Amino acid sequence: MPTLEVRDLYVSVDGKEILKGLNFAINKGEIHALMGPNGSGKSTLAYTIMGHPKYKIESGDILFEGKSIIEMKPDERAKLGLFLAFQYPVEVPGVTLFNFLWKAIQANNLDSTSPRVSKLPKSVIDYKRELIDRVKNLNMSEIFIYRPIGVGFSGGEKKRMEILQMAMLKPTIAFLDEPDSGLDIDSLKTVADVVNSIRSQDLGIVVITHYQRILNYIKPDFVHIMLDGRIVKSGGPEIVEKLEQEGYAWIRETTAESAD
Amino acid sequence: MQATKKKIDIDYTKYDFKDEIKYVYQSKRGLSREIVEEISYWKNEPDWMRRFRLHSLEVFLKKPMPTWGADLSEINFDEYIYYIKPTDRKGKSWDEVPEKIRQTFERLGIPEAERKFLAGVGAQYESEVVYHSLREDLMKKGVIFVDIDTAVREYPEIVKKYFGTVVPPEDNKFAALNSAVWSGGSFVYVPKGVKVDFPLQAYFRINAESVGQFERTLIIAEEGASVHYIEGCTAPVYSEDSLHSAVVEIIALPGSHVRYTTVQNWSKNVYNLVTKRAVAYEGAFVEWVDGNLGSKVTMKYPAVYLLGRGAKAEILSIAYAGAGQHQDTGAKVIHVAPYTTSNIVSKSISKDGGRTSYRGLVKVQKGAVGVKSTVKCDALMLDEFSRSDTYPYMEIDEELVSIGHEATVGKISEDQLFYLTSRGLTESEALTLVVLGFIEPFAKELPLDYAIELNKLIKLEMEGAIG
Ligand SMILES: Nc1ncnc2c1ncn2[C@@H]1O[C@H](COP(=O)(O)OP(=O)(O)O)[C@@H](O)[C@H]1O
Ligand SMILES: [Mg+2]
Repeated sequence: MPTLEVRDLYVSVDGKEILKGLNFAINKGEIHALMGPNGSGKSTLAYTIMGHPKYKIESGDILFEGKSIIEMKPDERAKLGLFLAFQYPVEVPGVTLFNFLWKAIQANNLDSTSPRVSKLPKSVIDYKRELIDRVKNLNMSEIFIYRPIGVGFSGGEKKRMEILQMAMLKPTIAFLDEPDSGLDIDSLKTVADVVNSIRSQDLGIVVITHYQRILNYIKPDFVHIMLDGRIVKSGGPEIVEKLEQEGYAWIRETTAESAD
Repeated sequence: MQATKKKIDIDYTKYDFKDEIKYVYQSKRGLSREIVEEISYWKNEPDWMRRFRLHSLEVFLKKPMPTWGADLSEINFDEYIYYIKPTDRKGKSWDEVPEKIRQTFERLGIPEAERKFLAGVGAQYESEVVYHSLREDLMKKGVIFVDIDTAVREYPEIVKKYFGTVVPPEDNKFAALNSAVWSGGSFVYVPKGVKVDFPLQAYFRINAESVGQFERTLIIAEEGASVHYIEGCTAPVYSEDSLHSAVVEIIALPGSHVRYTTVQNWSKNVYNLVTKRAVAYEGAFVEWVDGNLGSKVTMKYPAVYLLGRGAKAEILSIAYAGAGQHQDTGAKVIHVAPYTTSNIVSKSISKDGGRTSYRGLVKVQKGAVGVKSTVKCDALMLDEFSRSDTYPYMEIDEELVSIGHEATVGKISEDQLFYLTSRGLTESEALTLVVLGFIEPFAKELPLDYAIELNKLIKLEMEGAIG
């Protein structure tokens, strides 16, 4: 049984159908790359899995460790061990990351039976120590954690804050929605280093991107190509190279053929 | 996560308790010349004050009810009790305060705060101050902090010089009412150059039903003096409305600094109609920090008249309106002298059909060159039933000035809530966090204990807000 499984998923937003029969599965310990052109529905999939209220499931199912989660609220899914690093993180004036993340960790700590939760800090002192440590690893200044979330952050700083939260919350399955966009090459390497450093048998990662660049640093085990609301091709890392050389047109052609 | 709204009322259990008290004296319901004479008689006042009251009563009777602002049509002046004398004694130590009343203030945490971080405390119960204290070293430096009735008798020269000069009875109907029936409140006098290092606090408590509380506060900071005055107010919940109508006058002489902090958490059947005004002379600095959480209706627009060159005003306020509440609050700054500056920040939150209004005036008189003023109003509406309005008035009669105005009306976005909940916070936890973040610029201006109390109150208002 896969850790997370998406079965024949149809999703609409404001009455517009976006996911059209999507199938996907991931196990702990694996890294998947989800690629596809802009507008193909990658973020929609990530939002839907996390439970965004705007994204309506028309049919299909999402299973975490074999149990359907589609009736669960976002916070309940987070507590199960799902995580989404946002493509466009929000700003929350007046709320510091330090405060917010400690509240989030305390909320996750409520379910003390889960093995994932046993790795979360239990005291604010331990929390602070670990947080500062991880901020340094991301080549960021400590002052960021005492600023209001996202307010006045550059695009790259926002992205690193997402990775920081992932590292702290120790999810079981994490979606990283375009963690590379807006990053210069040095920042990209820093982010990749941190992601690689937390790679483990207990963590499955889905890297959403439409560039192969980041995949030179975070090596995926599996690669999926999305087009128009569906995964149309899955395979190993070799797909990335082919895609790099031939572009999405190649996929469009091959899928058009197989549809005949 | 479809938002289904449940109505919740603030948990008033901490404040909502009633005492069985035998009062020394209680006036009949309603307002008349007789009642005013009676109040003056019980206070054993000098004749000038008695005449001031009677004159004010006439002004009150002549003035029509204000028709702008909040709805006051349900106020029936004949229904209220205008004066209750709870005790004969005024304590200088808590032991001297009648036991039941002392217990009330203990439950509200006043003696504890006094021990921890206050330089002086005044506690008013119904119409009279029952306890007053001031640290001895400050007394020796000539600081005066007494209830105002005492001041009228013991410091007649200073009181007579300033009383009613900043807010005359003619100013508005409720200032006139207060001037006629005022009782209790504080008198603060800080001599030249004296800095009061810890806050002075007054606490106002209404206990009886249908009672009006009309305290009067007068603060004088002499040249170069500084003082921080805090007031807190609560009342239990009764079926009949109560009326609280205070007048606060501040005189900030050259180079002085006065900060006046209020967090009112009246029960939601109190009409809170207050006139607060300061005059600031050359180089003086006046700050109003004004939090309005409770009451049924509040109308309050702390004002500063900047009379001397380089004087400064800061008015920072928050208002929260839940079901059945209307907070009509704001600020008023009159720039009379050149190179004066003002900064107004107002934050309001409305929820469950509550209504907040920001009403403000910035006026710059001809000749007041080099004036700088900024106004920033942010409103947060937590649901579609609630309402928020902004009425910013500007009267600028001088050209060489810099005036900034900014207003935002926001809703907590679905994306913000989703972001916060996707990390494990429940929706109400996320909502609370956003609201606390919103009022953080205000909370950080409060002494720590008050900021904690404020955060607790806001949490109570938010919890279970959305199912
Ligand atoms: N919240 C939304 N409201 C309206 N349309 C949306 C929304 N989110 C996504 N869409 C539409 O769904 C399609 C897929 O978008 P998205 O999932 O963001 O794609 P990707 O992440 O692959 O670029 C696009 O046509 C986009 O305009
Ligand atoms: Mg996207």
